Amino acid sequence: MEIASIYQYYARWIREGKLKVNSDWNKDLKIKFTAQDPCQIVRKSYGDAVADDLRYVVKTLVGEENFVDMYPNKSNNYCCGGGGGFLQSGYNEERRDYGRLKLDQILATGADYCIAACHNCHAQIHDLAEHFEAPYHTVHLWTLICLSLGILGENEREYLGPDLAEVGLT
Amino acid sequence: MGEAAIQIGPERPSAFLDRVKEMLPEGGNLDLCLTCGACASGCPATGLHGMDPRKFLRMAALGLDEEITTTPWVWMCSMCQRCVYVCPMKIDIPALVYQARAAWPREERPKGILGSCDMALRNESGSAMGASPEDFTFVVEDVAEEVRENQPGFEDLQAPVDKQGAYFFLNQNSREPVTEPDEMIPLWKILHHVGADWTYGSKGWGGENYCMFLADDESWKHVVATSIGQAHALGCKVYLNTE
Repeated sequence: MEIASIYQYYARWIREGKLKVNSDWNKDLKIKFTAQDPCQIVRKSYGDAVADDLRYVVKTLVGEENFVDMYPNKSNNYCCGGGGGFLQSGYNEERRDYGRLKLDQILATGADYCIAACHNCHAQIHDLAEHFEAPYHTVHLWTLICLSLGILGENEREYLGPDLAEVGLT
Repeated sequence: MGEAAIQIGPERPSAFLDRVKEMLPEGGNLDLCLTCGACASGCPATGLHGMDPRKFLRMAALGLDEEITTTPWVWMCSMCQRCVYVCPMKIDIPALVYQARAAWPREERPKGILGSCDMALRNESGSAMGASPEDFTFVVEDVAEEVRENQPGFEDLQAPVDKQGAYFFLNQNSREPVTEPDEMIPLWKILHHVGADWTYGSKGWGGENYCMFLADDESWKHVVATSIGQAHALGCKVYLNTE
């Protein structure tokens, strides 16, 4: 049985023309995005190839000019601090201390949104923004795909900021 | 003044390091450290609890087993493997950390991780939140029905559980069905949009595995085997991680 990451399939479906997403919705808004490379999927499993898939999907969705990469990135990326059970370990002060590196990386991009397609990353990066009162939003990849397709329902926008809350709603 | 120097006894055998080396391919390269510090300089856990990856490995090499197997730092290293990636000798420090976690008496490991693993062992879902196969199936069917009724264009939306012969077997992080079920909908819409033939499993749908973080090998294997076993039983071709 093939064991795959859904990022690989998102990318494949876009290339094959099955997933008809584009960045038209962001042409005038020019909202900036960065993306977290989950350690488990990138460094520990599929390497830079899946990180490139993730970027291909994100750039198609938000527009190449609206994607700002963190540095370092891909297989060399820093863990956000949500991995390895840290979120449930009870060492919250240390977890946030650990996460400051990620927080600074995200803030250095100036992005309005950090895409975190892994749950641990999403929970940690979201918590870092709340705790340190950082201005970015933390969003799942599937939210943006549906936003681009114009099929994101009104109850599916929990993690969008006011700038995107109404986009594509009919 | 710096920290007091660690006292090293004469010819202290490093039982812990030797044991770990026996378990790892190539001994995890644990003997090859050049002490360059590339690991520690790029590790977000450096400095927490006065520890860093290089120091941890050196302490193990010096036979400071008591310190290695009791420091809470092993729960602050996320085992992200960046240290392995940057190491010129590819030394597997996270595997050493994992074995140090495993050296803790199970009941003394962090409660949250322990509890999440035990939840996953309660039933065949493999969910760290303990949701049963019945509860999961109910929530999925309930949410899908609501979408079919209320969202134009999705009258045919499917979110199958245990669909025999489906091409994709999907797992799902428990946070969605348990605490924010509406977050599953965008994923289903995408799969619907591309015409994917997919299914969840009533067994092994849980995408997370806290038994791995707990360093409980047997339980970790059980959770993985349940999930993969269900994908096999349903005849699926691709096991798709959704996060």
